[in-house]
Amino acid sequence: MEPVLKLREVSKKYPGGVAALRDVSVEISAGEQAAVVGPSGSGKTTMLTVLGTLELPTSGFVEVVGRDVLRASDVALAGLRAHKIGFVFQGFHLQESLTAIDNVANGMLYTGARARERREAARAALARVGLAGRLTHRPGQMSGGERQRVAIARAIAKRPVIVLADEPTGNLDSKSGHEVIDLLHELATDGATLVLITHDPGIAAGFPRRILMSDGEIVGDERR
Amino acid sequence: MSAAALGSRIRRPRRRRSDPDASRIPPHELLSVALQGLRTRRLRAFLSALGIAIGIGAMVAVVGVSASSQANLLALIDSLGTNLLTVSPGQTFLGNSGVLPDTAVGSILHMPTVQQASAVYQVSQASVLRSPYVPADETGGIGVDATDSGLLAAVSGKLAAGQFLDSATENYPTVVLGAEAASTLQIFSVSGHIQVFLGGTWFTVIGILQPVTLDSTLDSTVFIGLPVAERLFQTQPNPSEIYVRADQSQVTPTSKLLAATADPQQPDGVSVGVPVDALKARAAAKGQFTTLLLGLGAVALLVGAIGIANIMVISVLERRGEIGLRRALGATKRHISAQFLAESALLAALGGVAGLLLGALATLAYALGQHEPMIVPGYALVAAPAAGLTIGMISGLYPAAKAARLSPTEALRAT
Repeated sequence: MEPVLKLREVSKKYPGGVAALRDVSVEISAGEQAAVVGPSGSGKTTMLTVLGTLELPTSGFVEVVGRDVLRASDVALAGLRAHKIGFVFQGFHLQESLTAIDNVANGMLYTGARARERREAARAALARVGLAGRLTHRPGQMSGGERQRVAIARAIAKRPVIVLADEPTGNLDSKSGHEVIDLLHELATDGATLVLITHDPGIAAGFPRRILMSDGEIVGDERR
Repeated sequence: MSAAALGSRIRRPRRRRSDPDASRIPPHELLSVALQGLRTRRLRAFLSALGIAIGIGAMVAVVGVSASSQANLLALIDSLGTNLLTVSPGQTFLGNSGVLPDTAVGSILHMPTVQQASAVYQVSQASVLRSPYVPADETGGIGVDATDSGLLAAVSGKLAAGQFLDSATENYPTVVLGAEAASTLQIFSVSGHIQVFLGGTWFTVIGILQPVTLDSTLDSTVFIGLPVAERLFQTQPNPSEIYVRADQSQVTPTSKLLAATADPQQPDGVSVGVPVDALKARAAAKGQFTTLLLGLGAVALLVGAIGIANIMVISVLERRGEIGLRRALGATKRHISAQFLAESALLAALGGVAGLLLGALATLAYALGQHEPMIVPGYALVAAPAAGLTIGMISGLYPAAKAARLSPTEALRAT
């Protein structure tokens, strides 16, 4: 399979000399499901933000869906994120004042899709995550698990090539956490590439590929 | 390379717009995002727009009130007629004060462009007193003029009571009081045979004038007929002032000929005036006076602008999470700055519209109170919202740039 995510000797140093990533090289193929596991401070979130083009590395080479990230403009990277990458965050990042369907539809705000198309896609995505009956609920009226499912619907509604999830179960109890992970597995079988960050080896164990990180370096890459 | 190939090569960059994977958001969607941003923080939006509304409202009110009272004054002047000219003795070439010949009124009346002319003659050595027991030098600043029956019409004067001198009463000791003179003498009606002691003779008050807008010096004067003045006080028939009504279209040519007509011997000793010009200058001065108040309005606007900038900076800091999310969803830096700029501009433009309404209301209240026409200059209808928009853009520049510069990951970590 063609790699959709490619890191070669990527380093990221923050001002003050902290190295979050050290010479990381990894390739993730289209349709792969990978968990990045490691203790907090091991650099896994930084790796995700670099893969998601939200942050540029200090050195190295990054390619996302065939595009050389370090040579691309802000506009080009924004386009990449708008169309190809879906994010799921630990803190949900839903807008409290908007209903579930508007939150999901707003996930495609920068794709140039028309409002009606966005709402159609949002309705479909919410149905897929099992929230067809919650379209007009606001985040404050939903449980944590439901909110994270809205966030997942927002990430997948635009049919991205890559879904990047940063500790999506971090704010959830274990039951809803398992449901969310199962949902992500299920959705990713559509052909989207899934990269999930977790510090929980139990969750990572459910993934066909596990990338182990420690101190900003990849210390293991296991496949089942 | 063929010309066609070259052409297509040059045109290629334009195609980037149709790149299916570009990040884009139509302007109206961006505007609705900005509106939504304001709607979710209503109280704050209201308070920060209030500063702009007050500033613009103050300026609109100042402009409106001065335009209204100016319009009122000009309308008054127009109703009194703009064709009044005055002729009075000036200084001769040698520096002596001139004397108008007794033929002046007759000559002026012969001019084809003159509709009417009426003169006043100073009655010296006569003072007007309420009774003979008042010391003769306590005149209260009231002057005595002799005149003819045409004066009232010539200066567009109106009677408050009684009647003016006519061809009968001008021969007898009867007197008409100017408005100010009447109040100084404490005479408010003509009923009951009221008399004043004028130059040693009792004169019967037959009329009281309303204030004369076109020449307020007439207000502190009392008028007696020229024949009686000549008989009793030996008043010389040399006019101290002649009021001339010219044809409306011939005011300027007439004014140029008046001096030579009034005194062909010494035309340089005649001074010709256009009282309406002085009044118009006063109306213009009424407009000038507002500069200071406009300045105060501008200060209020500046404070409002700083308020908006301040609130937007706070908003950017508070909404780091939202900014990070939008960046993750594919917003470019430019989209972020445009969103915050639009919010700020929208906020101030709404403030501008509210200010326009406030200012118009204030003008209306003033106009109703003063019985004046209510006028808000047309340019204010465009200028007020436009000023708000501009101020909002300027106040929003820094916060918008700050929002765009935020690192998306830092922004996401914030919440």
